[in-house]
Amino acid sequence: MSDRAERQATDLLTLARLPAGRQARVVAVVGTGTIARRLMEMGVVPGAPVRVIKAAPFGDPLEVRVRGYHLALRRAEAETIMVAADGAG
Amino acid sequence: MALRNRNSDELPRAAEPKRPLVVALAGNPNAGKTSLFNALTGLRQKVANYPGVTVERKEGAWALGDGAPPARIIDLPGLYSLDANSPDEQIAREVILGHGGPDGTGRGEAATPAPDVVVVAVDATNLERNLYLATQVLELGRPVVVALTMMDLAERERLEIDLPRLEQMLGAQVVPVVAKQRRGLEALFRAVREAAAEGAGPGAGWQLSGAAEREVARLSEAAGGGVAGRREAIHDLYGEEAAGGESRGRAVAEARARLAAANERWWQEPLLARYEWIERAVAASLRGRKERPRLTDRLDRWLTHRVSGPLILVAIMLLVFHTIFTWAAVPMDLIDAGFGSAGEAARRALPEGLFSDLLVDGVITGVGGVLVFLPQILLLFFFIAILEDSGYMARAAFLMDRLMRGVGLHGKAFLPLLSSFACAIPGIMATRTIENPKDRLATIMIAPLMSCSARLPVYTLMIAAFFADRKVLGVLSLGALLILAMYLLGIAVAVAVAWLLKHTILKAPTPPLVMELPPYRLPNVLTVGHTMATRAWLFVRRAGTVILAISIILWALVTFPRGGVAPGEQLRQSFAGRAGRLIEPAIAPLGFDWQMGVGLIASFAAREVLVATLGIIYNAGAEKETVSPSLIDAVRAARRPDGGPAWTPLVAVSMMVFFVLACQCMSTVAIVRRETNSWRWPLFMVGYMTTLAYLASLVTYQGGRLLGFG
Repeated sequence: MSDRAERQATDLLTLARLPAGRQARVVAVVGTGTIARRLMEMGVVPGAPVRVIKAAPFGDPLEVRVRGYHLALRRAEAETIMVAADGAG
Repeated sequence: MALRNRNSDELPRAAEPKRPLVVALAGNPNAGKTSLFNALTGLRQKVANYPGVTVERKEGAWALGDGAPPARIIDLPGLYSLDANSPDEQIAREVILGHGGPDGTGRGEAATPAPDVVVVAVDATNLERNLYLATQVLELGRPVVVALTMMDLAERERLEIDLPRLEQMLGAQVVPVVAKQRRGLEALFRAVREAAAEGAGPGAGWQLSGAAEREVARLSEAAGGGVAGRREAIHDLYGEEAAGGESRGRAVAEARARLAAANERWWQEPLLARYEWIERAVAASLRGRKERPRLTDRLDRWLTHRVSGPLILVAIMLLVFHTIFTWAAVPMDLIDAGFGSAGEAARRALPEGLFSDLLVDGVITGVGGVLVFLPQILLLFFFIAILEDSGYMARAAFLMDRLMRGVGLHGKAFLPLLSSFACAIPGIMATRTIENPKDRLATIMIAPLMSCSARLPVYTLMIAAFFADRKVLGVLSLGALLILAMYLLGIAVAVAVAWLLKHTILKAPTPPLVMELPPYRLPNVLTVGHTMATRAWLFVRRAGTVILAISIILWALVTFPRGGVAPGEQLRQSFAGRAGRLIEPAIAPLGFDWQMGVGLIASFAAREVLVATLGIIYNAGAEKETVSPSLIDAVRAARRPDGGPAWTPLVAVSMMVFFVLACQCMSTVAIVRRETNSWRWPLFMVGYMTTLAYLASLVTYQGGRLLGFG
């Protein structure tokens, strides 16, 4: 049960700040307008598991894994997605 | 907004025996939709644009050879959703609802009748995201069949899909297919025919919260109730575009305000509800882990790596361009020689006179001048199709996005611009992958600034005449440096123009990048072949007709009015010669005389025409676009009336600078007209490029003179 409690206590951060390789869950999409809508249509909705794979050569855009496929998006868009990181691993 | 046809699309259309079934094919990008469409239709396809927009409309005949008339199948653009505001999504929605047809908007026969059945291609290896679009299509109240694509990959990944369970959840038939092995195509046809006879299923079973459902019910009632009423209500309430009609708009705005008062993110509700419903459907019918193919991850470790990624991209592009130039050389020479001997044969067979001149100098030379670029275009599209179909193109955009963003463009603009170094026409056609119209326009507007292969004959002539065998620092050839400088000038101006356009008339926020990186796949031979064939045909037909017309006009301008004058005098007296003398005062500050003026005017049809025109003007007997020694000598020997040399190295550089920047290509203008659906943009392009060319040439020549050159 302590394992579970630890998971509950994870910090909330934006997808742009999630370290590469760390598994997380989407908590909220705080953006509005076309981009927020497009992200959600592509499956980035609260509850969906996400992981940052890597950043492109100049640090932007990011490659993110969501619902079994890979999505490229810029840091600016990733800043509008709140995630909760799973555990320490 | 299209007229809404509320009642007629409620009725299930029983397939009449005589009328062919109309089927619309929808699906996510990369869901295997194009492969499926090609497998169903073979070569029986028509490609056109939807009326009034640049969205491509593909239709084909789907025959099974069982005596029944073939179905008409309409390939919709690749989509993730039907809700948003992009032209692709609006068109797809209108086609599915039958609003795009003669019975809807009355846009005429080119439009589409309401489909009897919508086939949704769903990638079996990526069910959740693909089912989102399927859910939306189901909500539209049309008979739906789900084609489960990529079944071979799903089997390899040990995914087990419980088809009856999935069918039960979706309320629609689900048919597994493997397009390239032609598996499941007959079953798909049977399912489509059954669905057409049975009518629409119950639709997706998701629900909104109590408050939202109440608002939907209220709006639905006002729209006539029923399935169509609910669909209208959800679309108006949650859609991005403004709802039609004034009273409707007010009712929708009030409903939105009430929902927003209770929940700031009220608009996310249907998106969440659909995904929750999809998660339930997938959980009930899918067994097995869905992992991306390991090969893709292994390849991406290198191909999108921050160091090796860009290096590999550069290497691939070098290889592509090297191949285009070397492989295309032989067929290009053959085509050139073929038209040459056809011209000679016509000259021999026909009595000497105007008709023979028109046919040989106008028609055959003109058509040949276009078709000679066909091998390059075919090869370029061969590589583009392979890069696109394999999934690498998305990686190129991923790698280049940060750099392209610096000038306000999208990562996807990189490849069209690179293609434009071979020829702006395929480059401009390749901008279709850029969704945002403003970004696409900005890319189209700067594509002709990339030094294309038609400028090379001009650069080559100038350098051979004035800079041959000159070395810089003892090793570097001055000619090669000058050519490099011309390429760099084009790029630098393109960057500046793009930046300027994106901050003025095409002002828009930095285009967002939300792009799938699909798993790598072996390119489909049929898809690659189709891309090459359709692009080549568009090029030959559209650009060919324009070039042909311009060639004939040009020929007439050089030939008339006819007088009994000496051959040298003929040009001076012709309309073209008069035009050259007319513009002489304007181009004299650039260092050009009236003969060069004729060449400039002629080369507005196509750049390489300059070389041929100078040949005719200087009477050097060089009628082809090859740089013969005699033409080089003639250019060096040309005199001004005052006896000084017409050409100096400075004039040559001024001429090259002019050719870097001027929009001298009727085919490009014709393609831009076609791609933008208006004369505004092509005219703007000609205007701004010619102005820039004039100013840059002026600065080059006058600056050079001040510095003591020439």
